[in-house]
Amino acid sequence: MNETTIEFTNVEYRIPGRASPPVLDRISLKIHQGETIALLGRSGSGKTTMLKLINRLRTCSSGDLLVENQSVRDWDVIQLRRRIGYVIQEVGLFPHFTIEQNVCLVPGLENWPIERIKSRFAEVMQLVGLHAAQYAGKYPRELSGGQRQRIGVARALAADPAILLMDEPFGALDPVTRAELQREFLSLSRKVSKTTVLVTHDLREALLLATRVVLLDAGRIVAEAGPGDFLKLDQKVARAFIAASELVAGVAQ
Amino acid sequence: MNVWQFFASHRVEILAATREHLTLVLIAMAIAVAIGVPLGLALVTHPRWRAAALVVASIFQTIPSLALFGFLIPLPFLGGIGARTAIIALVLYALLPILRNTYVGLTGIDPAIIEAAEAMGMTEHQILFRVRLPLATSFILAGVRTATVITIGVATIAAAIGAGGLGTFIFRGVAMVSDAVILAGAIPAALLALLADFLLGLLERRLRVV
Repeated sequence: MNETTIEFTNVEYRIPGRASPPVLDRISLKIHQGETIALLGRSGSGKTTMLKLINRLRTCSSGDLLVENQSVRDWDVIQLRRRIGYVIQEVGLFPHFTIEQNVCLVPGLENWPIERIKSRFAEVMQLVGLHAAQYAGKYPRELSGGQRQRIGVARALAADPAILLMDEPFGALDPVTRAELQREFLSLSRKVSKTTVLVTHDLREALLLATRVVLLDAGRIVAEAGPGDFLKLDQKVARAFIAASELVAGVAQ
Repeated sequence: MNVWQFFASHRVEILAATREHLTLVLIAMAIAVAIGVPLGLALVTHPRWRAAALVVASIFQTIPSLALFGFLIPLPFLGGIGARTAIIALVLYALLPILRNTYVGLTGIDPAIIEAAEAMGMTEHQILFRVRLPLATSFILAGVRTATVITIGVATIAAAIGAGGLGTFIFRGVAMVSDAVILAGAIPAALLALLADFLLGLLERRLRVV
């Protein structure tokens, strides 16, 4: 088995200053190098919070979370975040930056030499299937949703991070563009071999992209399976997800 | 004597007063921006001072302008008769809209954008100057625009403490009970306000990002 890149041990997260039940409850999970993990769950199941714990946009209330064998508490938070690519739907691009400025943000913050930033821009733009020179000077508002999402992926890959976090990256797209981008992401993730954690509420997306699906419900991990075995699960929430997506397939027939 | 005759016969004086008026406003605005914008930026990183700063700025704005000019006259160093005292009073008036718009503009940005900036590993300082400030520019400018229009109006009262400007004609006209003389001060002041509003509005639209 590959080396462990991210390790949750008994992690709990409560909203600071609130006595309500924890958002995440006794989460333990090992994520290995090169895996693509899908965190699947309904709205409010805690999957996005789990993602945000990894780059410390949220801080664990108790338990421990290791990234590259070091507790996130002990990481310099700025260094930690610059080593982790982060993709969110739509809003993540800076409206006042050109595409090139958006994509090259982290290499710039890390003071890469100009020539290296330039060549890296061309490289990642090619990876996401966009013509670098054609888009460099454009602003996010001039792009379609699908193009913006590609730029979001390019930006996350720019500093060549070992870990990629994706929060419903294809959620805001029309179904045709979404399918197109999912296929592209699949071939891209084979090429770049990152450890990827993907948050989704779409079972099909999880099965298509992930090497392992982790199912969350009310802040706890309730099931875990490879994409081949997930459909055989007997767990209640898993059945609900499977039934819902079969319903969609049924309508199509 | 009607208004137009008065304008025609006092052309030179009116132009000089307009220039004086404009100078008062420009100096006051430059100082107010130089204080208000950095103060607004500082409040983003020091939120504890936010309430106090905004309350103090609001209090200045609730003091009737003539009274504020009066209060300043006996103060040592700052006060006295003339343009300097007037400029200080105008700065105090202009401060609130600039400070408030700067603060609200900087903190009113879509939280998802700020979170994206954090997730990219930008420091608090980088987020302030490279994300918040550029995205808040047109909003800050809207505050400057409001403050400029207010200042052009309030500056007419500065004549009461001997600071000159278009208010000179208004006070003289009131004393003489002459509409023509009042209008010789009021019309150019109104035109200045409209012009400033229009030009700053253009700039504001040019700088709007989204």
